Amino acid sequence: MEPTPPDPERQMQPAPLKPPGHPDSGLEAAIREEAEGAPEDSSGLGTMTENNFWLKKIEISVSEAEKRTGRNAMNMQETYTAYLIETRSVEHADGQSVLTDSLWRRYSEFELLRNYLLVYYPHIVVPPLPEKRAEFVWHKLSADNMDPDFVERRRIGLENFLLRVASHPILCRDKIFYLFLTQEGNWKETVNETGFQLKVDSRLKALNATFRVKNPDKRFTELKHYSDELQSVISHLLRVRARVADRLYGVYKVHGNYGRVFSEWSAIEKEMGDGLQSAGHHMDVYASSIDDILEDEEHYADQLKEYLFYAEALRAVCRKHELMQYDLEMAAQDLASKKQQCEELATGTVRTFSLKGMTTKLFGQETPEQREARIKVLEEQINEGEQQLKSKNLEGREFVKNAWADIERFKEQKNRDLKEALISYAIMQISMCKKGIQVWTNAKECFSKM
Amino acid sequence: MESERGASGAPRSADLPARGAGGDDPGGGVPFPGSGSGSSPLLPTDVLSLDEDEDDLEVFSKTSRGEFDSSEFEVRRRYQDFLWLKGKLEESHPTLIIPPLPEKFIVKGMVERFNDDFIETRRKALHKFLNRIADHPTLTFNEDFKVFLTAEAWDLSSHKKQGPGLLSRMGQTVKAVASSMRGVKNRPEEFMEMNNFIEIFSQKINLIDKISQRIYKEEREYFDEMKEYGPIHILWSASEEDLVDILKGIASCIDKCRKATERRMSGLSEALLPVVHEYVLYSEMLMGVMKRRDQIQAELDSKIEALTSKKGDPHLLTEEIGRLEDKVECANNALKADWERWKQNMQNDIKSAFTDMAEENIHYYEQCLATWESFLTSQTELHLEEDSEDKL
Repeated sequence: MEPTPPDPERQMQPAPLKPPGHPDSGLEAAIREEAEGAPEDSSGLGTMTENNFWLKKIEISVSEAEKRTGRNAMNMQETYTAYLIETRSVEHADGQSVLTDSLWRRYSEFELLRNYLLVYYPHIVVPPLPEKRAEFVWHKLSADNMDPDFVERRRIGLENFLLRVASHPILCRDKIFYLFLTQEGNWKETVNETGFQLKVDSRLKALNATFRVKNPDKRFTELKHYSDELQSVISHLLRVRARVADRLYGVYKVHGNYGRVFSEWSAIEKEMGDGLQSAGHHMDVYASSIDDILEDEEHYADQLKEYLFYAEALRAVCRKHELMQYDLEMAAQDLASKKQQCEELATGTVRTFSLKGMTTKLFGQETPEQREARIKVLEEQINEGEQQLKSKNLEGREFVKNAWADIERFKEQKNRDLKEALISYAIMQISMCKKGIQVWTNAKECFSKM
Repeated sequence: MESERGASGAPRSADLPARGAGGDDPGGGVPFPGSGSGSSPLLPTDVLSLDEDEDDLEVFSKTSRGEFDSSEFEVRRRYQDFLWLKGKLEESHPTLIIPPLPEKFIVKGMVERFNDDFIETRRKALHKFLNRIADHPTLTFNEDFKVFLTAEAWDLSSHKKQGPGLLSRMGQTVKAVASSMRGVKNRPEEFMEMNNFIEIFSQKINLIDKISQRIYKEEREYFDEMKEYGPIHILWSASEEDLVDILKGIASCIDKCRKATERRMSGLSEALLPVVHEYVLYSEMLMGVMKRRDQIQAELDSKIEALTSKKGDPHLLTEEIGRLEDKVECANNALKADWERWKQNMQNDIKSAFTDMAEENIHYYEQCLATWESFLTSQTELHLEEDSEDKL
């Protein structure tokens, strides 16, 4: 009983999460040319307009994972996993795809790419990477990074990440992203040359802003609360699910013991023997069926985990807004105080306490020329300040507008994806029930023939 | 009552349902469907617990046999009375397969057996014990059994005092140990086979008992973990406007499946666990029966040995040997017949218990399937509705 998906491909089954052998494992990312997309960041490297590449449809897949050994920065031997990224362009006419690029990347390079995107696109909810280390494991799953199942799930997660970036109207145009897919050697140097690491907002600055900002846009405050709730509830759900999976595993596996005992017992039974033996076989089938069932559920858990990590991406956007807003407020405050100082100097009244005022009182008045000079300096500063405030204001508003547009896009994506994931969970349960019915019906037949 | 007793000649216990032997109707006085033996036996119809702390039990019986004064009886018994009855039956019929008694106390380590209700489980097992005796073609006419079912408490006490005393019984045991070794040496072929079967059967049924207990335990833990699983989806729905319906739907499905798990668990504990456990106890019984048979034969063998080695009065010995040869033949025949009967019953009971277990599981999965499928249908309908709205 399969529900007919009204929309092709991405609606019912998010292609990124299918196993490698599956025909759809490389999703087509149709890159739309957006004439009036949101303005890119001011950095010259932020956009790229290589027409040939982006007008065609491309397919990206992370098709293989390989264990490698090499020497790290400290010249010590290390083992790591490398992933093969293949890019194909699809000719419109006949749908044939041609392999245009193929290169190997390791997880740390993905991280580098993402950190770069975070700096240059602070108003975008940047897709998250799959987890670095296995979390929410239930006992059978290994927490080892080298474990083949973990590597496989990570491969799928990395592919998903690339597809998300490639299908984002703004991120897909980034040159560094393009180079990530096409230029194997030297890519790290190229990224580092952008100097993005210098532009990263310090944690301390961000924390300070969060506490002290006075008038952040209410929507961002709400968004922050939402992302905290989302993170908390999904974590909780994943933990409970892992425990439930553990128990379910136990129930199924213990039935496997029947198989062996029935078989031994059947040796001494004349009439019951056959029935016992074949029933035992079905018990074995039942016990081993749980492995596939739980593996499928692991994919479901990964879909939820992606949104768990998206919560952090949402918070990053909120933090940037708070930083900008705080910056703006500080600039406005600074301007106001300079204006006041100027006024006081001009009118000769001292309303505010200032060091200059005190020293003047103590050491005598300054000369009119000195006062004029100071007023002039202040007026210049005030002018500059007003310009800066204007541009900061503009920047801030642009940021809010663009960020909110991306957040709306994100919300729709999230609702679609989560609905799909939940439906797929229901489908998994149905499949599990059907298997159960079949096995036990077979077993019952064997028992009744004893 | 008479009409409910069938006239089939087949061993009666085949109709004894594995589950619900007295469990369906804790109320008193419901007649047990009739036995198949020619003459209608005395039927213990119900064993009721009166007092949860003491083991005061009420035993109701009905009969249509002429030898009794009335056709219905209601007496009070304690666990030790059951123990006494079993002992007497073993004494009178050493090579018959007497039904096993449930344990007096909870066996340590199995605290969560059978719905955590030990008293109830034991009551059902005691009911079964009495009915098995009633169904047995020979045991049903046993005098002690009749007294057990009909005598008032004081009558029973005085009757009890009449048999061979405790001391003589202990004496028997000491002799038994000494002679059982000899009995094994000369055991006839068919009883060697029987013994072999008993040994292996005992091993396997014990394992099955452990496995079944473990399954129950795992299911219970699964049930417990599921408690939080549904509600967390509800919690989530509080922060997601667009996903409220689907999340609540999933939560409801999970809760329904959880209820179905509970039903499955209780089905398991009613259908499978008591039956398997009874046969664990039976396997111990059987070993005892084998020993007693061997003992009887050993008695004969020792007399024969005495005769051949010319120890003692030949005339006396020959007489004794004659008597003992009869005894051995009786014992062997009784055991052989009962063995066949027991095996047949065992097959039926085991088949029935496991078929029921399979049925419980099928039912569980069918319920869960229906729950999830109806959820999916409602979601698809919603989806199509939304789609057609978009198209308008």
